[in-house]
Amino acid sequence: MLSKNTKEAFLNPLNLNNPVLVQILGICSALAVTVQLKPALVMGVSVTIIVALSNVVISLIRKSIPMRIRIIVQLVVVAALVTIVSEILKAFAYDVAMQLSVYIGLIITNCILMGRLEAFAMTNSPMESLMDGLGNGLGYAAILIIVAFFRELLGSGKLLGYQIIPESWYITNGGWYENCGMMLMPAMALILVGCVIWIHRSINEEKK
Amino acid sequence: MEHAISLFVRSIFADNMIFAFFLGMCSYLAVSKDVKTAAGLGVAVIFVQTITLPINYLLQVYVLTPLGLGYLSFILFIAVIAAIVQLVEMVVEKFSPTLYNSLGIFLPLIAVNCAIMGGSLFMQQRVLLDAENVKAIANLGDAFAFAIGSGLGWMLAIVALAGIREKMEYNDVPKPLQGIGITFITVGLMALAFMCFSGLNI
Repeated sequence: MLSKNTKEAFLNPLNLNNPVLVQILGICSALAVTVQLKPALVMGVSVTIIVALSNVVISLIRKSIPMRIRIIVQLVVVAALVTIVSEILKAFAYDVAMQLSVYIGLIITNCILMGRLEAFAMTNSPMESLMDGLGNGLGYAAILIIVAFFRELLGSGKLLGYQIIPESWYITNGGWYENCGMMLMPAMALILVGCVIWIHRSINEEKK
Repeated sequence: MEHAISLFVRSIFADNMIFAFFLGMCSYLAVSKDVKTAAGLGVAVIFVQTITLPINYLLQVYVLTPLGLGYLSFILFIAVIAAIVQLVEMVVEKFSPTLYNSLGIFLPLIAVNCAIMGGSLFMQQRVLLDAENVKAIANLGDAFAFAIGSGLGWMLAIVALAGIREKMEYNDVPKPLQGIGITFITVGLMALAFMCFSGLNI
């Protein structure tokens, strides 16, 4: 069912051409929503859905968009999809929507979207664009989850809100362990992503 | 007046767009290789921010809220930003070719800079705060102060990073970490340094 091109469009962004690590796109939100695992998961899923759908829509109408105003057309399509997702989140997951605050709206200006629309959807068929969108969205979500995993585990000793580090280990309970408060600060997200890029590059270089 | 000044200073340092909210990161990392281009982009961001944010403020307060159309804000804001960027580009090209030549390539980029859209979305949240709050945007003057402040903070951050990256060219960085990896870590350390402004109370 899947041709070689379609398969590549899906698999490439997951590792070798990862949107965050290699193309350095969509950094803003990747850093801001990763204090805990739950908002990171929600953000990853939302971006995946929006990237995939907007890729399909733009790919369907790509032949009738005038070149000069294509950016505005793309922005309006994306903004409409983001509005729908934001309303759905507010209706069914209100607390997460509040936690994500402006960053849901900022998916509109997420560079991954504009990048994929410009570079892929404008020149490829809807099916390939769908797979490309899914691949890029999942590649982005994967990085979010890795960073959020470490920040939540080391920063507050929890995962998805459940206590992972035993209570009895903490200094307040007579143990030896203390949470690393630094992990909760915005700055550590940058440093963690830097380290992930470091590991990713050294692994991929060995392969070559 | 005092409130506007406090808002202005806070938005440069304590609520810095880059170091506190990571907005406009993509162009921040891509265009910070030398100081001169970084400063050009910084000026362009201040320029567009100062025009779009007050317009979006007026739309939010006098059009969207009275009509109960809050859910249309994303589409409206991005349309205003894209249109203003296009307009500014044409006006600058007509009246100041020198400025156009120095800003030229950056202006279209700014339409998708999250710092601009983020500024408008923060404004939307801050309009709802009560006037006592230091972060509240209560009138058009406050909106201008917040716009110029957040633009300036962004420019400060990008020029500082460009300066460091120019010097870092000569450093011996581990190979897989070269380029973007070490830049992330540098920005992380700069953000840590900027944390000391978070206690700032004016």
